[in-house]
Amino acid sequence: MATSYASDPAPVRWGLRIVTVGYVFLLVAWPTALVFKNALANGFGAMFETFSDPEIAHAISLTLTITVWAVAINLVFGLTISILLVRYDFPGKRALSAMLDVPLAVSPVVVGLALVLVYNGRDGWFGPSLEEAGFQIIFSTPGMIMATVFVALPLMIREVVPVLEEIGDDQEQAARSLGANAVQAFRRITLPGIKWAVVYGVVLSLARSLGEFGAVKIVSGNISGQSQTATLSVEETYQNFQQQASYSIAALLAFAAMACLVVVAILRPKEQQE
Amino acid sequence: MGSALGLGITMIWFSLLVLIPLVAVLIAAADLGLAGFWDVVSSPQTAAALRLTVVQALGVTLLNVVMGTALAWVLVRDHFWGKRLLDVVIDVPFALPTIVAGLVLLSLYGPNSPLGVNVANTRAAVFLALAFVTLPFVVRTVQPVLETLERDTEEAAASLGASRFTTFRRVILPSLTPAIAAGAALSFARGISEYGSLVLLSGNLPGRTEVASVRVLTYIENGSKEAAAAVAAILLLVALLVIVALDVLQRRLARRGD
Repeated sequence: MATSYASDPAPVRWGLRIVTVGYVFLLVAWPTALVFKNALANGFGAMFETFSDPEIAHAISLTLTITVWAVAINLVFGLTISILLVRYDFPGKRALSAMLDVPLAVSPVVVGLALVLVYNGRDGWFGPSLEEAGFQIIFSTPGMIMATVFVALPLMIREVVPVLEEIGDDQEQAARSLGANAVQAFRRITLPGIKWAVVYGVVLSLARSLGEFGAVKIVSGNISGQSQTATLSVEETYQNFQQQASYSIAALLAFAAMACLVVVAILRPKEQQE
Repeated sequence: MGSALGLGITMIWFSLLVLIPLVAVLIAAADLGLAGFWDVVSSPQTAAALRLTVVQALGVTLLNVVMGTALAWVLVRDHFWGKRLLDVVIDVPFALPTIVAGLVLLSLYGPNSPLGVNVANTRAAVFLALAFVTLPFVVRTVQPVLETLERDTEEAAASLGASRFTTFRRVILPSLTPAIAAGAALSFARGISEYGSLVLLSGNLPGRTEVASVRVLTYIENGSKEAAAAVAAILLLVALLVIVALDVLQRRLARRGD
């Protein structure tokens, strides 16, 4: 394959290489490297010291709580929706499948507003009755989890659906006809087949959930030490001229995001060999 | 039976999380009435924000069509040391939190730029932020199509005396067009809805660098949810249009693949 593609004349090949690599370097690679450099400007000690500030520590632990919940919810419902979409027919299936892409195309700010309109305790559609029953959604962790689940919703489904379509359901049917119940067939046959897709889905949802900003900003109330997540504290510390703190949290988040990327990049070829 | 129960629970969950809230946005916007809606979107500050958002998103989409296709081409057809790294770096904007993306760009193109280029609080900053967050879309839609493209027609065109450029324009480009269009649609949708990366970088100056998403947030903070819903409804409708367009394009791509 390598030889059959090398047919561009050298000036074209070099021209394209330099322009594209230069573009990605100036737009992505160099700026991203600088964030790590700025975070470490005063050494590792200074960077880790910011994480022990109580408000920042709280923000990071809140982000972790929200991420764990959001990834778990998206794992369960993402798998369920994927199986329903591929294995069953029901009215409105194509509409549902298209609607699942909405979170990818719509602004996080719109997501936040949408949730506030329905779940705020003052004049929301369901908010007041939920609050009477003791559930506060907006300006509270459940609302932040909902916003995060919303924006990360399609990631799991987009990974799992194509794989489910490809493996087909012959083996599942065989297992069922040999007496396996639905749970056994899923655990023994379906799950091993979609294992890698689920892993990518989890990693991608993880990266997206850690980094959600706009939607969470609107539903959280953004109160430092209470409802402020790590991304929100990047904004606040930067605006308060706490450069070291801002760059440190940003570097931590960027490191987590890139770790997710590297995991996917390493796992992908493995799947293709199988 | 089990599947009916699963379908029921899933649909209730999906409605509570996605459908009902999005419908609430449209209804809140409709509550303003046509005149009220028009008052909001034609107010100078909001009109300027909408215009800026659309113009910048279109500009960035055009840039992505060219650079994204070139990147996909280099990734598929060229071979050089570090290509795999380039492939991974292209996904960084997808993985990086948007607020971090803003800070990232600020460190090279902000007040303390080692290059001496400071675009903070200008319209160029809006363009830069959108170019960053939308970089992977066209690359990732064109790349797989380019990988599966048959070489026969290209070779036939070349053997019949077509130049490289003619072959590209007449043979390769038409096969890539649906994929480029899909990537462009995604990039435009992301461009008009961007918020996080602009917060620190663009300064959100009313009438100058303020985009539609920031307008929505300002309206919410001022307590006028209906006005926020009017602008949000426009963003939502554009997003829905893009999804419908993508659905049509994907069907066309799938047919081509058969």
